[in-house]
Amino acid sequence: MLLEVDRISVAYGAVEALKNVSLSVSGAEIVAVLGANGAGKTTLLRAISGLVPLKSGAILFDGKKLHELPPHGIARLGVVHIPEGRRVFATLTVEENLNLGGYGCSKDEVKKAKDRVFQLFPILKERRKQLAGTLSGGEQQMLAIGRGLMRSPKLMLLDEPSLGLAPLLVDQVFATIVEINNQGVPILIVEQNARKALEIADHAHILEVGRLVLSGPARELAADERVRQAYLGGATYERRLRAKESRAH
Amino acid sequence: MLTFVQQLLNGLTIGSFYAFVALGYSLVYAILKLINFAHGDLFGLGAYLGYTVFVYAFGVIGAKLGLWGLLAAGFVAAALGTAAAGLIIERVAYRPIYPIGRLPAVVSALGMAIFLSNFIMAVWGPRYLAYQESFIPTGFWEIGEFRIRVLQVLILVSSLVLLGILYFVVEKTTFGAAVRAVALDRETAALMGIDSLKVIRFAFAVGPALGAIAGVFVGMYYRQINFTMGWVYGLKAFTATILGGIGNIPGAMVGGIFLGLLEAFTAGYISAAWKDVFVFAALMLMLIFRPTGLLGEKVAEKV
Repeated sequence: MLLEVDRISVAYGAVEALKNVSLSVSGAEIVAVLGANGAGKTTLLRAISGLVPLKSGAILFDGKKLHELPPHGIARLGVVHIPEGRRVFATLTVEENLNLGGYGCSKDEVKKAKDRVFQLFPILKERRKQLAGTLSGGEQQMLAIGRGLMRSPKLMLLDEPSLGLAPLLVDQVFATIVEINNQGVPILIVEQNARKALEIADHAHILEVGRLVLSGPARELAADERVRQAYLGGATYERRLRAKESRAH
Repeated sequence: MLTFVQQLLNGLTIGSFYAFVALGYSLVYAILKLINFAHGDLFGLGAYLGYTVFVYAFGVIGAKLGLWGLLAAGFVAAALGTAAAGLIIERVAYRPIYPIGRLPAVVSALGMAIFLSNFIMAVWGPRYLAYQESFIPTGFWEIGEFRIRVLQVLILVSSLVLLGILYFVVEKTTFGAAVRAVALDRETAALMGIDSLKVIRFAFAVGPALGAIAGVFVGMYYRQINFTMGWVYGLKAFTATILGGIGNIPGAMVGGIFLGLLEAFTAGYISAAWKDVFVFAALMLMLIFRPTGLLGEKVAEKV
């Protein structure tokens, strides 16, 4: 097992954000964690990359105890976390952002990785001298993903990559994720866009107020009546999604 | 014309002192959003460390090294010693307190400033100490009616070189990009594998080291040092930091030089007694009309 999240709990003060959550990622699969706003999806990724401490439980990656390492140490193991809201360094150039993605790697590795990223996202090559803050939302997402690829990731954690993007761009981003996965990078993705996430995922989990309530192969979950009701089917959900997307523009 | 050139030269010299010290404020502020009020007194500590090396090493190695060797030894010792003090202060006075909040950290910084100036007084005494001629380059060139001191040229050249190196490191290298990334968003920087503690230590070592060099130069330039000098220069350099735009490295340099020139020309054309009035009036005007300082912050955020 590549990543093993073993019965972890995380609390912010008295509020438990995650309760006894276990899941795993193996091989080169895509694992999706779905859930509403505030279900604890972001907290789960932040716990894996060391940004929030565990109250109990353990996180193993390749046999190493991640929960005992600082965030920068976890990143250097090849666990790449692409945070919610992209978080590109706005006043650094596109190229500097990419270089930092490979921080601590040799010059040669950085150069090679940058060529790969430019091949995947030619627009970033055109804009490499521009400040990252001047890119559009979609381009910033590409930069955030490209920056994550600079370290030849052994595992990629993706937090709401579709958030705030136009539908066309959402499709593009998901296509890119599949392409990255096809090159052998396992991916753990958390998404509110359940339909899209279930389309590309091999395994999926549903998180509700800090607890995993349902787990299984993505195809089975997509067919599950409860999931269809709560996350896919209901006209309500579609309406909410559209409202959210239009708000973002 | 004579006054103009002479004051221009004086202003640039004093301005380099301010720029050196201002950089320390700016570096730490950029990364921690903390005003390190102890920084002025670290500058004072540097002046005393340099003095000590000059006085005590003069008899021992001075003859062997010659004036320039002795000067180099003094500068290196002052810079290293003060950098070490900066790192210790970061460890004992800021790191444990910083998570509590910014205000407690500022209070801790003020406490550290008081501690340091009293420490200097306790060790070296409250009286003025004289930087003796034997370890100051006293030569000068006369060009027509102008007199250019070797010391002034040394100050200007070394400030250009050192500040140029710092600028290059922070703006052009990947480590520098990491420093700026930590300043912008420490959490995301950590996700890039950047150890923010290393970056913080860099700021707390390099800032005080540059301050120490300025401290030794001030000792040579004015021939005397006192335990209160940290407070005076700290305040002026802090003003320079604000004028140039805090958290901004070129801004600290520009602010420092601007302040030096303003002081020199006020002293030359109006009266030396008025120079602080002009300095702080400039600060007030800047805060009213352009609070981000001369070089302000680049604004490129678009989410």
